[in-house]
Amino acid sequence: MQRCGYVHLWLLGSVLLICLISGVTRVNGDVALTHQESRLNPSKSNLNQTEHGHGSVITGIPIVTFKWHHVETPYLVALWILVAGLGKLVIEANHHVTSVIPESALLICFGFILGGIIWGADKVQTFKLTPTVFFFYLLPQIILDAGYSMPNKLFFSNMGAILIYAVIGTCWNAASLGLSLWGCHKGGAMGDLDLGLLQYLLFGSLMAAVDPVAVIAVFEQVHVNEVLFIMVFGESLLNDGVTVVLFNVFDAFVSLGGDKIDAVEIIKGIISFFVVAFGGSLVGFVFGLLISLLTRCTKNIQIIEPGFVFVLGYLAYLTAEMLSLSAILSIVFCGMCCQKYINSNMDERSVTTVRYVMKVLANGSETIIFVFLGISAIDKEIWVWNTGFILLTLLFVLVYRFIGVFFLTWILNKFRLVPVELIDQVIMSYGGLRGAVAYGLAVMLDENKIKEKNLMVSTTLIVVYFTVILQGITMKPLVNWLKVKRAAVGELTLIEKVQDKVFDHMLVAIEDISGQIGHNYMRDKWNNFEEKWMTCILMKPSARKNRDYVFKVFHKLNLKDAMRYVTEGERRGSLEFVRNETAFIDFKKKFDDDFSEVMPDIMADTSDDYNPVPSVSLEMHEQTMNGMRPLEDVNSHHLLQQHLYKGRKQHRHRYSRSHFDVNKDENEVQEIFQRTMRTRLESFKSGKMGVAPLKHITKHLKKDQQQKVRMPNGKSLDKSKTYHSGDEVSFIHPAGIENPAFMPDLDPMAQVQIPPWLAEAEVDSSMVAPSQRAQLRLPWTPSNLRRLAPLRISAHSTDSFMLADAPCLNETFTIP
Amino acid sequence: MGSSNSSVNNIPNAQELMQETGFSAAHILRLHERFEFLDKHKCGQLRLVDRPTNQPQDFGAVQELALNPIGDSIISAFFSPGQETVDFASFVRILAHFRPTDRNQSRDGAQQEPANSSIRKLKFAFQMYDQDRDGKISRAELLQVLRAMLGIQVTEEQLQSIAERAIQEADLDRDDAISFDEFRKSLEKVDIDHKMSIRFLR
Repeated sequence: MQRCGYVHLWLLGSVLLICLISGVTRVNGDVALTHQESRLNPSKSNLNQTEHGHGSVITGIPIVTFKWHHVETPYLVALWILVAGLGKLVIEANHHVTSVIPESALLICFGFILGGIIWGADKVQTFKLTPTVFFFYLLPQIILDAGYSMPNKLFFSNMGAILIYAVIGTCWNAASLGLSLWGCHKGGAMGDLDLGLLQYLLFGSLMAAVDPVAVIAVFEQVHVNEVLFIMVFGESLLNDGVTVVLFNVFDAFVSLGGDKIDAVEIIKGIISFFVVAFGGSLVGFVFGLLISLLTRCTKNIQIIEPGFVFVLGYLAYLTAEMLSLSAILSIVFCGMCCQKYINSNMDERSVTTVRYVMKVLANGSETIIFVFLGISAIDKEIWVWNTGFILLTLLFVLVYRFIGVFFLTWILNKFRLVPVELIDQVIMSYGGLRGAVAYGLAVMLDENKIKEKNLMVSTTLIVVYFTVILQGITMKPLVNWLKVKRAAVGELTLIEKVQDKVFDHMLVAIEDISGQIGHNYMRDKWNNFEEKWMTCILMKPSARKNRDYVFKVFHKLNLKDAMRYVTEGERRGSLEFVRNETAFIDFKKKFDDDFSEVMPDIMADTSDDYNPVPSVSLEMHEQTMNGMRPLEDVNSHHLLQQHLYKGRKQHRHRYSRSHFDVNKDENEVQEIFQRTMRTRLESFKSGKMGVAPLKHITKHLKKDQQQKVRMPNGKSLDKSKTYHSGDEVSFIHPAGIENPAFMPDLDPMAQVQIPPWLAEAEVDSSMVAPSQRAQLRLPWTPSNLRRLAPLRISAHSTDSFMLADAPCLNETFTIP
Repeated sequence: MGSSNSSVNNIPNAQELMQETGFSAAHILRLHERFEFLDKHKCGQLRLVDRPTNQPQDFGAVQELALNPIGDSIISAFFSPGQETVDFASFVRILAHFRPTDRNQSRDGAQQEPANSSIRKLKFAFQMYDQDRDGKISRAELLQVLRAMLGIQVTEEQLQSIAERAIQEADLDRDDAISFDEFRKSLEKVDIDHKMSIRFLR
């Protein structure tokens, strides 16, 4: 069935594409023809066209006219985007292929095919990747996405290494490549070429830069460890500063001619590097601040908030370009600078929008770039083949990359805290991919000044194909073979984040004590400065409150849990459960055995979010709705999770004193389930109306002091009056339903020693049904937060749920 | 810097310290200078609090420590439980925890575990929380650290939640406290060497 699906998809896709392309090219061909013709002979064409003024003479009222010229440009643009997207669709249909060959390589091949079709139809390559389109319309969004999603902390802590690779590495690449080629030229390996030293250096400079688009495309499926990735990726972004300078400088030198170059010019070149690099970064930084400031005030126009981010980002790019500074650096720093503030200032939905739109744009652009890279190859005019030149270039690009990286790393490791390993260095060298930026620069060469422009373009294309296709394909096997340390795949844990912070503070303290100013000291100083000044100006006051990193992680984790419960509940048909109190649900049939015990509570609670119809859930719903305000998210999650864990516990300790089995007895489960529902309904109702024949249960505690705890949600405080200090605590439950099946879990230890149901003797009155305890618990939420642990649906007993009930009694509460 | 009469030989037990902690002579020298700077009373030991006034004494000279959320914990880590003074040797030993780990160091079995190994670093981190040195991080202790770090921005309730959840995640034997092993396990994905080292102490 699946196979059929794929085949159909393939067929459909290819047919569609071929039709589209031939249609387009035929129209285009016709257009080209009609253009010429209409100039000569207005009425010759059989299409009734009425544009350009001097078009054909109309003889009657045209009912329908075919106005191709009217829509030509936008139509072609849209069509190409569609084609590229369809190409991606076809490629991604089969995961077996994409896991071996990276998508970028496949897209290039797809471009080859398309180019072939077009060329076949037109005999001339009408579509190619022009520098303007590439640099102005396709590249900015990719880089903006890179900057916006950049892990800042990681980036800045490896900044030194990244800068070394980017600046010195690129200069080395350019110089070595240019000089070697020139040397070989002189040595006669390349035959007869009209190229001087300067032109070789120019070629070297455009070839030197590692391309961010290609790096993202290849590395994204490999998942190497984050330090390695950030170094290659950071280098690919920052080396634009160098590339722009080198390219312009050598371009100017070539124009000036070899004799005009003296020390002054060289010094000017070096100065221009600093100006371009820092200037570009500064422009980006300013625009980043602008975006942050703007999002601070856009509370009333939340719907178009995301638009500002994109527009200002693009303006940053164009402004830097206008001032002949490094545009890529500008947009990268814009993205990096503003990410923190706009994520706090904007509404969550806007943040999501920004993130997704960025991804869509970046991904789309990448696709189009690779397709066009493929298409541009099928053009007879640009191909000049010089075996020596091409092969030597390939060889030198690879070899010098390796040499450069190893040498620089050797120097760096003397200064780095954690040295870069050999294996990582190999991957870093191998990952020095060239891509569309090099091609774009090559096409921008002036053919009057550089006679061999076509040769350079051809060589660039070959190198790009080599790196993207061959190196892309072999990257994954190489990473596996060399056993490169991979990215730590793991769930976000709160304790890790807390510990992170503790480490940071610890290091700063130790640096202070040992009296030295180091990296951590600087970071700390920057953080303090930033907190004091920048967040005041750039962040909304309401956002300022919750900006702590640990809290954000906590919030995220809670949301994730809540959503998981909701989807679970939904999936298992929660709604009918709540509506019908006496519903009999065939647990075995509907759910896995594993989940059966969790069922009752998930359903009860998660349905609330979706269906407020029954009165019971209406109240819960209200509570959860109220809780959705930022600071009260936590409460609502308490509520959700309190009830959630009950079910598990109920079933678990039913029959055994030392180990906790899943309750497999069908009837038992049913009965428990029904009873729980009933009691819960009662408790909710009475809670709502405040009717509560209170019943006291006292338990003996090991420790003392039960203090009054603040109630969330403004529930009535009468219940708490009965808490008293001393050895006992009172449980109040509103309704009088006693359920011997459900014990309060006082103490994890107690279970081992005394079977709960036998513990009755110790207790004055009967036990509290958990659901009522839930009612009880509501006021106690601050302390009883164990429940916030993720629902662990695993084989080994997650006794947290058990303990969830007990410990609050043993603690001392503090009154906030 | 470079005062001629302070050489490594003037510092008692310098050679031993160097061997034990792995610091070089230059480092020991520098740390000794720092120690003497902190030791205002020139008594060869750093005192925790000034008895009469109960103000933090020698470590108070380091101003930034007062601003550091866990500054107090760090300071008390220098002092062995019960003691109120720390001499140079202990000072250096504690700081040795923060040396970057030597990757290819080979030790024979007789030698004690070096001060800057991962385990020792983790133990030090553990001590940050476990003030009463009972070998477990109780909820109250965790809360205290959290409060110190996050206190201004987060309400008490939320702090409790966070502490709760953190304990949940790490506490495997359900005793409502995090033992050293659990602590280590929960941080196994974290690169301790990287995170707990200071560059210049190399």
